[in-house]
Amino acid sequence: MGTMTHRLARVLCAAPLLLVVFTRLASAQAQRPPFRWGGDAEGGAPFVEADPADPSRVRGFDVEIAEMIARGLGREPRFVQVAWASIEQSVERGDFEVGMSGLEDRPQLRARHAVSIPYYEFQEVLAVRPADRGRFRRLSDLAGRRVATLGATLAYQMLVDEQARSGLVPVSYDDDVHPYSDLVAGRVDAVLLDNIIAERSLRRTGGFVIQPEPAATGHYVAVFARANAALRDSADAVLRARMADGSLERTFRRWNVWSDAQGDFFRRTLAEAPRRDTAAAPASGRALRTYLPALARAAGITLVLSCLAMALAVSVGILVAAGRVYGHPVVRALLTVYVEVMRGTPVLLQLFVIYYGLSGVVRLPAFVAAVLGLGLNYAAYESEIYRAALEAIPRAQLEAGRTLGLSEGQILRLVRGPQALRLALAPMTNDFVALLKDSSLVSVITVVELTKQTAIYATNVGSWVVPGILCSLVYLAFSLPLSRFARSLERRWSLA
Amino acid sequence: MSGALAVAGLRVVRGSKEILRGVDLRVEAGEICALMGASGAGKSTVLRSVAALQPFSGGSIDVDGFALRPGPVPRESKLKGLRRKVGMVFQAHALFEHLTALENVTLAPVHALGWTREKAKAAAIALLEELGVAHRASAYPRELSGGEAQRVAIARALAPDPLMLLMDEPTSALDPARRGALGETLRELVGQGRGLLVSTHDVDFARAFADRVGILSEGTMVEQGPAADVLNRPAHAATRELLRGPESPAEAG
Repeated sequence: MGTMTHRLARVLCAAPLLLVVFTRLASAQAQRPPFRWGGDAEGGAPFVEADPADPSRVRGFDVEIAEMIARGLGREPRFVQVAWASIEQSVERGDFEVGMSGLEDRPQLRARHAVSIPYYEFQEVLAVRPADRGRFRRLSDLAGRRVATLGATLAYQMLVDEQARSGLVPVSYDDDVHPYSDLVAGRVDAVLLDNIIAERSLRRTGGFVIQPEPAATGHYVAVFARANAALRDSADAVLRARMADGSLERTFRRWNVWSDAQGDFFRRTLAEAPRRDTAAAPASGRALRTYLPALARAAGITLVLSCLAMALAVSVGILVAAGRVYGHPVVRALLTVYVEVMRGTPVLLQLFVIYYGLSGVVRLPAFVAAVLGLGLNYAAYESEIYRAALEAIPRAQLEAGRTLGLSEGQILRLVRGPQALRLALAPMTNDFVALLKDSSLVSVITVVELTKQTAIYATNVGSWVVPGILCSLVYLAFSLPLSRFARSLERRWSLA
Repeated sequence: MSGALAVAGLRVVRGSKEILRGVDLRVEAGEICALMGASGAGKSTVLRSVAALQPFSGGSIDVDGFALRPGPVPRESKLKGLRRKVGMVFQAHALFEHLTALENVTLAPVHALGWTREKAKAAAIALLEELGVAHRASAYPRELSGGEAQRVAIARALAPDPLMLLMDEPTSALDPARRGALGETLRELVGQGRGLLVSTHDVDFARAFADRVGILSEGTMVEQGPAADVLNRPAHAATRELLRGPESPAEAG
């Protein structure tokens, strides 16, 4: 009893002191800047997703781990939304201190940034249509077949490596939903992605099976700016502590991504001594040599795609213009609607509608959908150029043609058309230059053209400087001669 | 001999406006008829009706046996006969800007009449020579002077060898010396047996070169007859008004 009283007295005496300490700590914490961490809520559950109850907040296991690190550092977490493919560039720019969103541990990542210890082990798994369960068991079974994945990932690199070996065709997507819907729709023959993403898609849409044998094992890590290794070391300490005390396991269990193998992985990680990254930056000269053929091929795709789309735009544009100048009022009204809809809505949306929206009716290959989307969109602009050009030809010339005994068709072909074409050629050439650049939009429907290939290259070497300059030079090499051509045509054919 | 051109009771109504109120007009082969009147009197409307470039509401037009009726302009395929008989030279000459002078002249013979290029070219060069512009055969319209362009336009209209030639205000862009030269050329053309209907408000030109004159005023043919009679002894107030000249300062106020 006496000792109890004594203890109580000591506690009571110490209380004001403790209070002071706590207050100090609290105010110190309040004064420390928030812990800014970047992730992509478009990636969705279980990584990072908008909270259905309050869409201004995010939830997911990456969210909880970021919060653990923040608290361990005595700071308040603050989420920064960033496009997944830009996380590495953004963290190096200082947009936030750490990036986390199912980021994969790769040698290039370690070479360019400060990277945390791995906090989760995943498998790259192959998804195929049920009918192909028997014949497409592993990547080597897919020679000559189209295999989809998310661009700029470990899986994409695996597919590119396999392409060199077996002629498999990698198809890169900007999101992780459409690879599976295109698998079910028959546009691709397999999807290689993280087991977490594959299992999530299986639950949501289904229609495919996941092969049991994983193609590879990978790890999720948090990425810091290269100069921020000290913060990374503190974060590593927090992650180790949470692995040891079971907090991480509870989080992964809550999101249904825990397995016994994960426990083994944790034990192995904790047994290892904290290590330092010593990897050197990849030789960019070698990367350039590796990517030049791919860039050249992508430049060719950009050029061929633009030429085909322009040919379609010109043909449809001429028909639309002729219909609007010579057609029946009903035809004219319908064509006006076409032109206004195509000009009044984003070409990006039109590409989505043609490729994904119409896939229930007609399943177009991506390249065909790209030519159609760009061509039909530009046809609206071309038709306006031709219509204006046709109407710019003086009426008296058309009447002169009639008094000379030419038919309406001959007047259009011999008098009106040739002059209108001359008026239209310069603006047409300008449109073609614009189309060349707009062709970069078709990467959203999995066509890897110049800009997309450049982005893949830039992500891989971790810098936009060389890829950006190379890519710009190619576009300029296409567009500058065209612009010159347009100007000289304008000079030569200016109708006084 | 029936007239090369016979217009009877020609009426043109546009909306509530009556542009021509029953015009009678004859042009014989081998003569120049000057259609005169103030601006807006309806001269161009007569020419455009005869050339089937616009519909007319009443009356009839007959060109050497080819009859035009009131109502919408027939399709070009129904007008082939008329196109062979009537040529037209527009006020602003309306040459095809993308073709050379020679190509302007050969276009219709090759494509509308089906001549070979060689035949059309030989005929075109002869026409350009006759009109004094053969040295400009390879020039584009924008490179031609106003007088040259007009002569090329005349050659173009003559290439299908029409019986009737309609000319809308041919003197408006020419200086007095060139008007004289044009008049001489037109006299040569009627000497070949063509009929010319020329709209103009140039009294001196009409007096010097026209065989007959018709005076249009407010859509009505108020006076018609031999040029000397009409212009020297005007019977109608509109004619006297025209002869005094609209540009006269005394009249302007």
